Amino acid sequence: MTKSTLKSYAVNLIAVMLLYGTMVVLSESGVLNKYYSGILVLVCINIMLAVSLNLTTGCLGQIALGHAGFMSIGAYTAALFTKWLAVSGAGGYLGYFGGLILGGLLAAVFGFIIGLPALRLKGDYLAIITLGFGEIIRTVIENLQFTGGAQGLRSIDKFSTLPVASAICIISVGLLTTLMRSRHGRAILSIREDDIASEAAGIHNTYYRTMAFTIAAFFAGVAGGVYAHYIGILGAKNFNFTRSVEIIIIVVLGGLGSFTGSIIAAIFLTILPELLRDFNDYRMLVYSIALILIMIFKPSGIFGRYEFSLTRAIQYWIDVFNGKRKPFASVRSRKNNKETED
Amino acid sequence: MESVLRTTRLGISFGGLKAVSNFDIDLLDGELVGLIGPNGAGKTTVFNMLTGVYQPTEGTITLQGKKIQRKRPDQLVKMGIARTFQNIRLFKHLSVLDNVMIACNFQMRYSILGGMLRLPGYWREEAAVREKALSILAVFGLESYAEILADNLPYGKQRKLEIARALATDPKVLLLDEPAAGMNPTETNELMNTISLVRKQFGITILLIEHDMSLVLGICERIIVLDYGQIIASGLPTEIVNDPKVIAAYLGV
Repeated sequence: MTKSTLKSYAVNLIAVMLLYGTMVVLSESGVLNKYYSGILVLVCINIMLAVSLNLTTGCLGQIALGHAGFMSIGAYTAALFTKWLAVSGAGGYLGYFGGLILGGLLAAVFGFIIGLPALRLKGDYLAIITLGFGEIIRTVIENLQFTGGAQGLRSIDKFSTLPVASAICIISVGLLTTLMRSRHGRAILSIREDDIASEAAGIHNTYYRTMAFTIAAFFAGVAGGVYAHYIGILGAKNFNFTRSVEIIIIVVLGGLGSFTGSIIAAIFLTILPELLRDFNDYRMLVYSIALILIMIFKPSGIFGRYEFSLTRAIQYWIDVFNGKRKPFASVRSRKNNKETED
Repeated sequence: MESVLRTTRLGISFGGLKAVSNFDIDLLDGELVGLIGPNGAGKTTVFNMLTGVYQPTEGTITLQGKKIQRKRPDQLVKMGIARTFQNIRLFKHLSVLDNVMIACNFQMRYSILGGMLRLPGYWREEAAVREKALSILAVFGLESYAEILADNLPYGKQRKLEIARALATDPKVLLLDEPAAGMNPTETNELMNTISLVRKQFGITILLIEHDMSLVLGICERIIVLDYGQIIASGLPTEIVNDPKVIAAYLGV
């Protein structure tokens, strides 16, 4: 570990703690009312969904339209698990976290099963298969007895408060970020860049494709579990095709391959419809126009492939302050230099 | 000298078309052999068979005495056959260093969780591979470009980076598919020096496809000429240039 990595670890750790601390204080002290903290929980869930989908769509370069399917598996598994625990007298947060992990794992198993044959296909074909998968899951859930069928699964304990949800979100994004900076992440990126060359560099393409797909499904499952314990009632309709498309819009808007872009876009696109509640009738219209405008003026998404780096930003402003650099002068050329730490 | 890569009666047909047949070569340890032939002769098809992209329909390939059968390209890379491509295939939007480090992926052991949680194995192996990648880049004079995106390198350096990436897999045999394509004479000359240097420094066997005759005649010890999927001549450079069959194949006489 070099000195600069240590420094950037410290900077990022402090920033995350500050962010988290503010959120906890705000929600506990009642400054944020239930409505606002609820929106922030939704933001956290969407961030997890978008960042995990970005792993397959942005980093691996495969369009997947069934992310809501994995989310629903996680949601129902976690909800049923905590309900079952509550009946047998156990429960509480330990059961909740257990349920999240279980939900993630089951979603990952499905991701693996779908991914193994599906990832032999590419592009449009994979998109259609995953779309079909998402719809199958939804229909199955709707027709099963123990999932509550079309009536939905009711009275799920609401464990997903803002402090809990944001902590899970931060951990998930952190794990996915470090994954992408490891040898496995590089292998996934190399497949996106050129799958013939990656094979020639000794990368087992099928293994890494399936791996990325499975890990993305895992985190979508966890996000689903958080969602279940936030909303309190699950219906299969919550996880239809539109839901998958919403997630993919966040990813494309943020920039394919940029986690920070996904985070910004998730915040923006979750809050925007809520801000527009006053213009009820025109809400979706404004939302759509905002999307179209961004795609026209920034077709590669808000961030493109670029990742925001706090360490780099701080260094930049220190340089500006010391007169070593003019503000905003060379931002463009710096975009080409990928830093190692976030 | 010991044989490193040997093929016997290697052949492949696509439907009714015999692209390559009866292809016999025997690459000795540390040799530098050129594979030439007119366009469409089947040179790249040979490379694709040797690297597992195509499965040969006839014949056998032996790597250091071991028969290779039904192996995927990535498995063959692990066994020691590395290649470059005719049209450069780099990981364009990744850094030069990442391009080389990706080729070291299979030499690292740490798990997915080890990478996510940055366990000690991650730090140890990443540092070692980074060091190794930088030292390979240094051979090609690319170490100062390590953090630049591969796409932003000038053409000649992209070609070099591709060779560097292939070398990072610790190959026994290196297959170069038209390394000098699109280069000017100065760049070609520089490339010749690099190839000779690589061979000396890494002690590997090289088989190269090339159209630039000055390069082929300048550095290859042995030349194999392919036409219509068949070997029509093989031997020392001086023998090849005077071979009437070769002249006929090239001039169409």
